[in-house]
Amino acid sequence: MKRRPFPWHIVVFLAPAVFVYTLFMVYPLVGSLALSLQNKTQSGVEVFVGLQNYLALFTSENWAQPFWNAFWNNVEFFAYHMLIQNPVGLFLAVLLASRIRGAWLYRTVIFTPTILSVVIVGFAWKLILNPAWGISQGILDLLGLGHLNQPWLGLESTALPTLSLISVWQNIGIPMMLFLAALIRIPDELIEAARVDGAGAWTVFWRIQLPLILPTAGIVAVLTFVGNFNAFDLIYATQGALAGPNFASDILGTFFFRTFFGYQLQPGDPYMGATVAGVMLLIILSGVLVYLFAWQRRLQNIQF
Amino acid sequence: MTRNWLGVLGVHLALVVYSLLALFPVLLVILNAFKDRLTIFSAPYALPNAQTFTLEGFRTLQSTANFPAYFLNSLIVTVGALALMILLSSMAAFALAEYSFRLNNLIGLYLSIGIMVPIRLGTVGILQLAKDLELVNTLWILILVYTAQGIPLAVFVLSSFMRQLPKDLKDAARIDGASEYRIYWLTLPLIRPAIGSVLAISMIPIWNDLWFPLILAPGEATKTVVLGASVFLGQFVNDYNAVLAALTLAIVPAVLLYFVFSQQLIRGITSGAVK
Repeated sequence: MKRRPFPWHIVVFLAPAVFVYTLFMVYPLVGSLALSLQNKTQSGVEVFVGLQNYLALFTSENWAQPFWNAFWNNVEFFAYHMLIQNPVGLFLAVLLASRIRGAWLYRTVIFTPTILSVVIVGFAWKLILNPAWGISQGILDLLGLGHLNQPWLGLESTALPTLSLISVWQNIGIPMMLFLAALIRIPDELIEAARVDGAGAWTVFWRIQLPLILPTAGIVAVLTFVGNFNAFDLIYATQGALAGPNFASDILGTFFFRTFFGYQLQPGDPYMGATVAGVMLLIILSGVLVYLFAWQRRLQNIQF
Repeated sequence: MTRNWLGVLGVHLALVVYSLLALFPVLLVILNAFKDRLTIFSAPYALPNAQTFTLEGFRTLQSTANFPAYFLNSLIVTVGALALMILLSSMAAFALAEYSFRLNNLIGLYLSIGIMVPIRLGTVGILQLAKDLELVNTLWILILVYTAQGIPLAVFVLSSFMRQLPKDLKDAARIDGASEYRIYWLTLPLIRPAIGSVLAISMIPIWNDLWFPLILAPGEATKTVVLGASVFLGQFVNDYNAVLAALTLAIVPAVLLYFVFSQQLIRGITSGAVK
C-alpha cells in the first residue's frame, strides 16, 4: 500500500496564523509571566525569585497599599457595570423587542456612544462636568437640584462613581444588542400564548423572556468582567496616568501602566509590571473559568 | 384598549429620553465647536449664527497637530490589521474545518485560548519583542499585534461557519482537478456573512485603541487619531475652541460612517457574538 504524501497544504494553511498568534500574543504573555518570577539584584544580575514579587505586591509596605486600592476600585468599577449597565441594557432591549415603531432608529442612536473612542467620550464628559463650563450646573438647576452640583471628577468621593457611570453610558449598547438579539429569537407563539392566557408584560418578562435569555446574560457578565478588569483608556484619558484625585480612580490597568513605565520620580519596573499583569491574568482567567464551569453547568441542570 | 395605547406611549417616551441622553454630549460638542469662546460659555445650547460662528478652534488644530496624517495612520493600521487577520484566520479556519489530522483539536484549542485573554496583559513582553525586532514606532507593530489579538475569535467564528458548508461542492471541485488552495479560494465567497461579522466585531476596538499606540508607536509620524487627539486634548485642556474642534473632528467621520453602515455593523456584531 502506498503511503500518502505528507499533507503540506495543511501546514501552509495553518502556519501563518499560528506563527503570528504565537509570536505576538503567546510568547510575550509567557515571557511576561516568566519575568514576573524574576528580579534584579543590587549588582544588576537577573535572578529567579519565585513568587516573591507577588508576595511583595500583596503585602509589602510600598506595593500593597496602591495595589489593593486599585483592586478594590476595580471591583467597584465592575459592580457599577453589573448593577446599572447590564440591567438597564436589558430593559432597553426588552423595550426595543416589543415591536415598537422606529425601533431600528432608537437602536442605532443608543448604540452611537459605543462606537466612539473612549478618549473622545471621556473628554467630552470631562468638559460637560467641568464647573468652568457650567453645563452640569445648568441641568441640575433646571431640575431644581442646583445645590447638589459638585466638581464630580475632582473629588475623591465622587471621581470613581462618575467615571464608572461614563463608562456605563458608553458601553450600554453592547449588552443591549446582545440581549436584543436573544429576545428576537424567542418564538412569537410562546409570548402570544402567554398573552392569551392573560399574562401581562411583567409576567411575560419574568416567566418567559428572562429564563430563555439566561445564556446571553452569562455571556454579557463574562464580557463585562473581562472588559472591566482590563480597562485603562477612560481613566487615562480623563484623569491621567496618576488616576487622580489622590489615586481615587486608580484601577488595575492604570496601576499596571504606572508600575511598568514609572511616573514622576518613580522609575518604571518591568518585573513588578509583569507581576501586576500576572495578577490581572489570574483574575480574568478565574472569572472566565467560573463562567465556563459554574454558570454553564447550572444552565444545563435547569434545561434537563 | 386605552391601556395598550398608553403602554406604547410609555415605551416611546422611555426610548426617546434615553436616546437624548445618548446623543446629548455628542451634539453639545459639535454645536459648540463652531462658536466663539464667549458664546460657548454664555449660551452653550444656542446654534452658531453669523456673529458667533468661528473656525478658530480648527485653525489652532491645523497649526499644531497633523490630524490628516493621524487619520491616515489609523486607516492604514485598521485596514491592514483587518485584512491580514481575515487572510490568516480564514486559511487556518479552512484547515481546521476541512481536514481531519492528528493535531486538529489541539491546534483549535491552542488558538481559542486567546479569545478570553486580553493581549494587553502581555504588554511587557510585546514591548521587548518590538524593541528586539526594531519595530517600535512603526505601524507594522500595531498591525501585527492587532492581527494576533483578532486571530483567536476570527478562527473560531470562521471555522464554525465553514463546517456547515456542504461537502459536495468541494468534492466536485476536487474531481475537476482543483488544488486544495484553489478550493480554499472558492469557499471564501461562501462565508462572506461570517467574514462580515468578524470585521464588524474587530473594527471598532482596533480603530479606538489607545493602549498600544501609546506604548508601541507614540512617535509623531506614527500617531493614530485616538492617540493624537489624546495628546492634543492634554495640551490644550483650557482652550475650549481647540478642544471642541478636536473632539468634533474625531467624532463626525466616525458617526457618519456608522450611520451609513449601522445595519450591517449591528447585524454583524449580534450574529457573530451570539454564535
